[in-house]
Amino acid sequence: MKIHEYQAKQILKSFGVPVPKGEPCSTAEQAAELGAKLLETGKPLVVKAQIHAGGRGKGGGIKLVKTAQEAVAATRQLLGSKLVTPQTGPEGRLVSRILVEQGVDIQKELYAGITFDRATITDVFMVSTEGGVEIEQVAAEDPEKIHKEYIDPLFGMSPYQARSLAYSLNLAPEVTKEAVKVFLSLYAAYRAREASLAEINPLVVTAEGAVLALDAKMNFDDNALFRQKEVAAMRDPAEEDPLEREANEFGLNYIKLNGNVGCMVNGAGLAMATMDIIKQAGGEPANFLDVGGGANVETVGNGFRIICKDPNVGAVLINIFGGIVRCDRVALGVVEALGNLQLDMPVIVRLQGTNAEQGKQIIEKAELSGFHWADTLKDAAQKAVQAASAGTPGGER
Amino acid sequence: MSILVSKQTNVIVQGITGGEGSFHARQMLEYGTRIVAGVTPGRGGEKFESSVPVFNTVQEAVNKTGANASVIFVPAPFAADAIVEAASCGLELVVCITEGIPTTDMVRVKRFLQGRETRLIGPNCPGVITPGACKLGIMPGFIHKPGRVGVVSRSGTLTYEAVWQLSERGIGQSTCIGIGGDPVIGTTHLDALKLFNNDPDTDAVLMIGEIGGTAEEQAAAYARENMDKPVVAFIAGRTAPAGRRMGHAGAIISGGVGTAQSKIDFLRHAGVTVAESPAEIGQVLATVL
Repeated sequence: MKIHEYQAKQILKSFGVPVPKGEPCSTAEQAAELGAKLLETGKPLVVKAQIHAGGRGKGGGIKLVKTAQEAVAATRQLLGSKLVTPQTGPEGRLVSRILVEQGVDIQKELYAGITFDRATITDVFMVSTEGGVEIEQVAAEDPEKIHKEYIDPLFGMSPYQARSLAYSLNLAPEVTKEAVKVFLSLYAAYRAREASLAEINPLVVTAEGAVLALDAKMNFDDNALFRQKEVAAMRDPAEEDPLEREANEFGLNYIKLNGNVGCMVNGAGLAMATMDIIKQAGGEPANFLDVGGGANVETVGNGFRIICKDPNVGAVLINIFGGIVRCDRVALGVVEALGNLQLDMPVIVRLQGTNAEQGKQIIEKAELSGFHWADTLKDAAQKAVQAASAGTPGGER
Repeated sequence: MSILVSKQTNVIVQGITGGEGSFHARQMLEYGTRIVAGVTPGRGGEKFESSVPVFNTVQEAVNKTGANASVIFVPAPFAADAIVEAASCGLELVVCITEGIPTTDMVRVKRFLQGRETRLIGPNCPGVITPGACKLGIMPGFIHKPGRVGVVSRSGTLTYEAVWQLSERGIGQSTCIGIGGDPVIGTTHLDALKLFNNDPDTDAVLMIGEIGGTAEEQAAAYARENMDKPVVAFIAGRTAPAGRRMGHAGAIISGGVGTAQSKIDFLRHAGVTVAESPAEIGQVLATVL
């Protein structure tokens, strides 16, 4: 799960990582009030669009302002707009909240980030003197400028590791001490909240010698959210694709893609392989959809509804290999869903595995129009791609 | 012969009274798996299917039945505890089917298992089957056929698809292992290749991988140096967009690492035969026998 910058800063602050003074605002009035208060210190303000995507500065989502009036103008301009950044895609993301923060005199921009390293089963803490640019770019161009410490998640971060990271940045002695504290606090937040990523980019050294998180990004292990209530409450459904959100509410694992062949598959690996073979058959998958282990009339029907809400979809390929999911249950779902939805598009069905024969019988008995049987994966993909390109895109009547 | 499970494997089902646990315990019994006990805390003394005794603890089940393996169906928040309980009783093999265990829990479990005799398969996996002898998991038994090809995979249903393609061609399997789709798992592709390499009754290995991590590459590097048996692979996720988690917690491409293409290139370089299409896995495997 992803959260907003202002939420990540709230978490980091509560663990002792210094962040600039500021608050999230969702109206121009709030921004005016807060702006006036922050301006009393005589420093300029920064107005930052809060969306779940990076590259906001490049997209014009971060504005430096000097007066409360300018803060209001910047807020009005950003709120309700669709911000396009290198990471949002051309459609952009709706801005419904901004962060108003006190400006900082930057002396140095650094990078600090933690993520889980699967190969060593440790947390890897990375710092770099090259802050403010994408760390992937630094890793590709100047890998020697990234210093890493591998941290045993069960033992936690040792102070020597934080010192070793800080020394690699060649900071003044007093600043080094501050950086050590920040690194230990950042790790504590990452571990306690079961994050999968915690990143401060840039981590700045101010003119006064303070070390401050100017930006913050945190991602979390979805599987741990049941016991990370505070984090779970930070979920922003508005940031999710509407279809993905709806699928999520139905307990389905759906990711929207750009093709015209809708797919409903059980199991993540088979779902990916089904997307791959659609591509090999000359088509493009419209989505990834794993109906999972608990597929029944309801989940399959819901899956259908979501696939068909995507206006690009010209045909649906159902590929079920029965293991936990029994094919007869899937077939019941297909029949009921199609009965309810009155679908106007070709559906290619392939059922194999547990109770596949019963599943076929259920579907055949229902005598649904627009149905095509496929026995093999290849056959199914070819038929689906053909049907999708032949038919005009449709959906619910 | 085979690896991991055989007709001599005596199995405990942890979570035998739950919905999935009871359904699959029945399926395993039907397949001929020797399920000697079930464990559900608070339900000790009951009988499952009026024949399998249920115990409150794994230790009690082991003491009374001499079980040497366990399969776990308990819900994700309690699954790590169930694995640790099974391992602390000295079981040789623990298969964890449960999906959705927090990564932190699995890090702790991995540490607990270090230096112990217990081999963990999974979590978030379909389990292990030696066709015709023992099924420890949720795979449909009837698609398998006894034979001499070892199968190892991070996926569930994609493995069934591949096994089905093999069986339809008359190619049987020595043992099929679903190692699971999570970032932290008990047994890796590499571990499985080592086991198959040392098994005199496995002639070739089918490895099914997917995007994310570098486990397939590690296995391929081992195969190049140490294996005379042919290895065939399929990697799912060529069309997966970067940065998105494709169902499995471990199936994500980050920072350009873990793409299907980079894995396929590495595997080919290491002498592994890679099937281009998921529909041709069986066909390609037949060419190396």
